[in-house]
Order: sequence, then C-alpha cells, then structure tokens
Amino acid sequence: MSNRYSFSLTTFSSSGKLGQIEYALAAVAQGVTAIGIKAANGVVIATEKKTPSFLVDETTLTKVASISKNIGMVYAGMGPDARLLLDKARKSAQEYKRTYCEEPPTLMLVKEVASVMQEYTQSGGVRPFGVSLLIAGIDETGPMLYQVDPSGSYWAWKASAIGKNMINAKTFLEKRYSSTMEIEDAVHTAILTLKEGIEGQISETNIEIGIAQQIETTNRDGELVKVGVFRSLSNAEIKDYLTNIA
Amino acid sequence: MEYNGSAIIAMTGKNCVAIAADRRFGVQALTLGMDFQKIFRVTDRTYIGLSGLATDVTTLNERFRYKVNMYRLNEEREIGTKTFAHMVSSSQYEKRQAIPEFPWRFGPYFVEPVIAGLEKDNTPFICSMDTIGCINYAKDFVVAGTATEQLYGVCESFWEPDLEPEDLFETISQALLNAMDRDALSGWGGIVHVITPTGVITRTLKGRMD
Repeated sequence: MSNRYSFSLTTFSSSGKLGQIEYALAAVAQGVTAIGIKAANGVVIATEKKTPSFLVDETTLTKVASISKNIGMVYAGMGPDARLLLDKARKSAQEYKRTYCEEPPTLMLVKEVASVMQEYTQSGGVRPFGVSLLIAGIDETGPMLYQVDPSGSYWAWKASAIGKNMINAKTFLEKRYSSTMEIEDAVHTAILTLKEGIEGQISETNIEIGIAQQIETTNRDGELVKVGVFRSLSNAEIKDYLTNIA
Repeated sequence: MEYNGSAIIAMTGKNCVAIAADRRFGVQALTLGMDFQKIFRVTDRTYIGLSGLATDVTTLNERFRYKVNMYRLNEEREIGTKTFAHMVSSSQYEKRQAIPEFPWRFGPYFVEPVIAGLEKDNTPFICSMDTIGCINYAKDFVVAGTATEQLYGVCESFWEPDLEPEDLFETISQALLNAMDRDALSGWGGIVHVITPTGVITRTLKGRMD
C-alpha cells in the first residue's frame, strides 16, 4: 500500500456493526463444512472435500493441515486465505520453538493466529479473512479445540462446526456429544456428522480427518516419553472407519 | 570476564539443586564492593547466576525479569527451568554480532550465565552458557567466571551424586570458598541458594575478607 490514504475498509455502521466482518462470516457460511470434536484423550477435526468438477485430481487437495508437531487445523471458507494463515501459523510455531526449544501450547498458537486475523479488520488497504478455523492441538494441559473467526475472536469448544452445514451439524453434535467419549468414538461421531450433510455417497476420497493425540515414543536419550502428535488420517485409515460404521 | 571478576557454580543433589556465587564487585585489582548481587531469582524454582561484566549482569537481569514477566502474562503459567534456559540462550545468541539496525551495540553481552532449578517433576536441572548462548548441560555441576579452573578442580573432588540439601549446601560452600581463595578477582564473601521442592534455603558465607 504505497499511498498514505489507504483507510481501513472495515468501518462501523451507525448501528455499531462492522459490515465487512459480517460479509466475511457470510463467506464462511458458504464454505464447505468442517467439524471438530474434543475427546477425553484427543481431538478430531474433519471436513468434506469438495471439488468443482470430477476432473480435478482430488488426491492433491488437502484441507486438514498440520501447523506444528502437536497442532493442526482445518478451515471453512476461502482456501487461499486459509493458506496464508496456515503459513503464518507455521512460521510463528517455528519462531516459538526457536526461542524456547519446545512446541508451542495450542492456546499460544491460537492467540497468534487470532491476532493476525484481528489486524486485518483494522488495517488500511486490506480486507478481513474469509475463513473460520478449527485449530486442534494437544499439549501439557491436555487436548484442546479452538475456533477462530474472521473478527479475530476465538473460543475453546467441546465440539463445533463451521461452514455451510454448521447449524445442522451443531445440533447433531449437541445430541451426540459426551465428555467421556474417547478418540475412536469421536472419529465415528465426526464421520456421522459429516455424513448427515454430505451430498451423495461418503467415501474415503471425499472426506478428510485429522487427529491430535498423545503417543508414546523414545526420545533421543532413549527414554520412553509421551508426546502430543497431530496427524492426518490416510485414505486407508478413513476407509477402515467407514466400513466400521456401515 | 577479567574486568570485574566473579565465581559462580551450580550443583545437583537429590531432588534439589544449589547455586552459589561470590559477592565481589571490583575493577580489575581494585575492590569496590562486597555485596554485589550476581544470582537472581527467576521463579520460585529457577535461579540464574550471571558472571562477567557487571554492567551487563545488571542489564541482563532486568531484561530476563521483563521477559519472564511477559511470559507469565502471555502464557498464564510459570516458565520452566529448561524453557528459561533456552530463552536465555536465544536472547544471548541474537546479540552475537552487531546488527545493522543497532550498530552502536556491538557484539554480545559479556556474560556467562549459569542456570539452576527444578523441573516440574522435581528433577534437578543445571546448565551453563558462553557469551553467545551455547548451552552446556551437566548432570553434576557447572561453573563460570574468573575462578572456573579452580572451581572445576574442587568440584571434581568434592561433588558426589544424590546429596541431600544440607550436604549439598556444605559441598557447594566448600567448593566456592576454596576456589575463591586461589583467585584474586573473585571472593569477598559468598551467597548460596539451595532450591528444594518445598522452598529455597539462602545463606551468605563469610570467606577471607582481605
């Protein structure tokens, strides 16, 4: 922005509303549904994978992405916007690792991403992000699921849904959620929730699932330690879950 | 290091750690003070000793206090000993060379930090660093300052594993006093902190005050 007169597009209306943010939320509401569920021992995030035409090679499409070793995210809304946030989140995670030599806690990363999103609601010459994010992570405080909105506000959820089918998905989750549910159950519930809103047949090629959970590994001193890990499920793993449900 | 002089050590014990330093503030051979603080509290279970140029000792203490306070506010928790050590290391390394934006601050802080504390599970953690933040982890003891050679010597013969807090106090005190006696630039009394899960025991030592 070269000129000094690039005012912020996000200005208050006389009724106290920020139009741009509401439009951004509308963009999110048109996006493909993504859901997240926090279980007792981990977090699941899942989304539908939609292609504009069946000619698109859907194997190259990934919406569930890992930010750091123990944190991952999924978005609803505009893909390119989400990619920029993902880049920034990854950078800030690495920066945290560089100073403290440990993985960032989920909340710290969420705060960082949320502050970027807030900045785009108040700066000149920019528009807010057309995405909502579900950030899932596991750290020493346990599993955590956060939702970050275009305004830069964030909440921790037990289960949430964003995008086109969020209302129905949330009602479904409200019925199905239990706080004692474990990760395997949470994956099943996530798949069932997606199934409700999906057009056509659900299959391992048109959904994506990511889970954050504690796993046991040996560290470099050869000691057995528990570390939080986020990973996307492979097509084969998703297929297993689907056959279990059907 | 030789401008002001100092002697700092940290030792591990059984579920406890100790950190000790001399209290001299001098300019080369001229002693100006006998109550100079070189060890600072970071949290209830983490202490840092800063040996080297006295002005940088003071500056760094303030910088680390600021950073630890910001960490506590941002993360809503106390910083762990190991985490703090890495924070010190990266703070030191970022000043490794003069950077274009701050050409007037040339080179690193002339300080070799020593960090001692207990981890969340009460396991002892000690480490020392050079002026650009290269960490030296140790299971037994670490030393820094102008009396390092002497300190290494006495520590090698005095230290043994799994010392209880009182025995650890005696060991670290004797190590410090005997090393200081063979170094002209450090001495004039000492201070010892023994960090245990229940609290910190702090005692001052009277050495050869001449």
